[in-house]
Amino acid sequence: MLKDITIGQYFPGSSPVHRMDPRFKLIMTLLFIAMLFMGQHLYSICFGIVFCILALALSRIPVKLIWKSIKPLIPVLLITAILDLFMVDSGDVYLHWHFLKITAGGVRTAVLMVTRIIVLLAGSSLLTYTTSPIALTDAIERLLSPLKKLHVPVHTFAMMMTISLRFIPTLLEETDKIMTAQKARGASFSEGNLLQRAKALVPILVPLLVSSFHRAEELATAMECRCYRGETGRTKMRQLHAAGRDYAAMTVTLLLFTGAVAVKIIF
Amino acid sequence: MEKLIAAEHLSFHYTDEEGKPASPEILKDLTLTLEAGSFVAVLGHNGCGKSTLAKHMNAILLPTGGKMWIAGIDTCDEEKLYEIRQHVGMVFQNPDNQIVATIVEEDVAFGPENLGLPPETIRERVDDALKAVGMYEYRMHAPNQLSGGQKQRIAIAGIIAMRPSCIVLDEPTAMLDPKGRMEVMKTIRMLNRSYGITIVLITHYMEEAAQADRVIVMDDGNILLDDRPEEVFSHVEQMKAIGLDVPQVTELVYELRQQGIPLDSHIISEDAGVEAILQNMA
Repeated sequence: MLKDITIGQYFPGSSPVHRMDPRFKLIMTLLFIAMLFMGQHLYSICFGIVFCILALALSRIPVKLIWKSIKPLIPVLLITAILDLFMVDSGDVYLHWHFLKITAGGVRTAVLMVTRIIVLLAGSSLLTYTTSPIALTDAIERLLSPLKKLHVPVHTFAMMMTISLRFIPTLLEETDKIMTAQKARGASFSEGNLLQRAKALVPILVPLLVSSFHRAEELATAMECRCYRGETGRTKMRQLHAAGRDYAAMTVTLLLFTGAVAVKIIF
Repeated sequence: MEKLIAAEHLSFHYTDEEGKPASPEILKDLTLTLEAGSFVAVLGHNGCGKSTLAKHMNAILLPTGGKMWIAGIDTCDEEKLYEIRQHVGMVFQNPDNQIVATIVEEDVAFGPENLGLPPETIRERVDDALKAVGMYEYRMHAPNQLSGGQKQRIAIAGIIAMRPSCIVLDEPTAMLDPKGRMEVMKTIRMLNRSYGITIVLITHYMEEAAQADRVIVMDDGNILLDDRPEEVFSHVEQMKAIGLDVPQVTELVYELRQQGIPLDSHIISEDAGVEAILQNMA
């Protein structure tokens, strides 16, 4: 059950998208999100869709995987669509029955919102699918490094993120172990009402929390032993180099972005 | 031989924020020197102070009395703290709680990165260290996909990438299965023999201690026995009195000697034991 969680899941590969500089990928993803949410017109999200299809094709990530990240959100999509359909009241009236009313504006907003969310999920999950977590935190650290001048502890945050990512599988494994141990003593996690189920989690969370503190302390000692002293005097083995393809991809993204801006201004 | 680690009348207790003693004396007037290139095992039951002594060897703990010298540097010299830690690396019991990064080679690079080395040098050291522990093929793996023994070898690689002159291992095999234990012991012996790295191995396994050149037995914050393993394990009664065992073969020989069978009391390896018993029977 716990193994199904796919936070920040990474699928190693050697496609052009995989090999791209993570800093560029991160900025491009942000531009892509802006593209999608900028205009209220159907045309404006076309640019986002084009970007998404291009990136998907280049990454060679199977569509099945993308579908996997969208599937759990289908109920949310349905609720969004239904709410938009009945709540938005503008343009021609297609249907009027008691207090329910479907209008052209409603249909348009519903289609727009659902497409937007699907494209957003597909495009942004591509970032974590093609970038290793460590490359991603590295990119965030470097992109935010100007903030260091304002005494924002960027390095510390990046280190915290790396360590959290590192310990997700370890703690999942431990949770599984504790749950099995509690089950062996007759605990049940799938029976009773919500409150009872929540209560059943306490004997799992307490030992997990205690052991996390132990781990944190041991890890801190081990890091000190390896001469860690924060950012001071630290270098990096992996250097980030922007290549030709990074600039090319960025140019395409910027063109699409400009297109989206133009559509917003014109319509 | 050159002295690498020297403790002079070392004593230690934990102190509270006001500097008052917050624990009984854990180390009591302990004096010890370790030569460069040696392989030393430290034995003792829980709470005898062996882990505390280990933590003095790279200035994680500082003595409350006496002096600790590492390669001629006083561990109380705060300015040389990182020089000391570069000299003496530490490997702990739980491999999971020592690995920082999500990719094996990134983790091995952590130490050299902290030393501020140029990227090419780090790359070279990481590759060398991974090859030395036989984990080079796993460099792109996630640590959680590896077995306990493999993780512990990664932790060791992370230390040797810093090119220390000494590695202190605090019960590195306690959480491993027999196969992992063998892998780690093989790596440790190889590092000592081929690379000349001084090894201080804290352990509960007498068979592991028997592989060292020198065994130190600690009891109640001080050194009880300090000699070659054959000599130390020949004191069977004294070892039992402080709650420690001797290797199984040594115990067998001891029991046989008690029965009046003339055998050498300095036998610590199974092969030597078999040979001696066969000779006696002949």
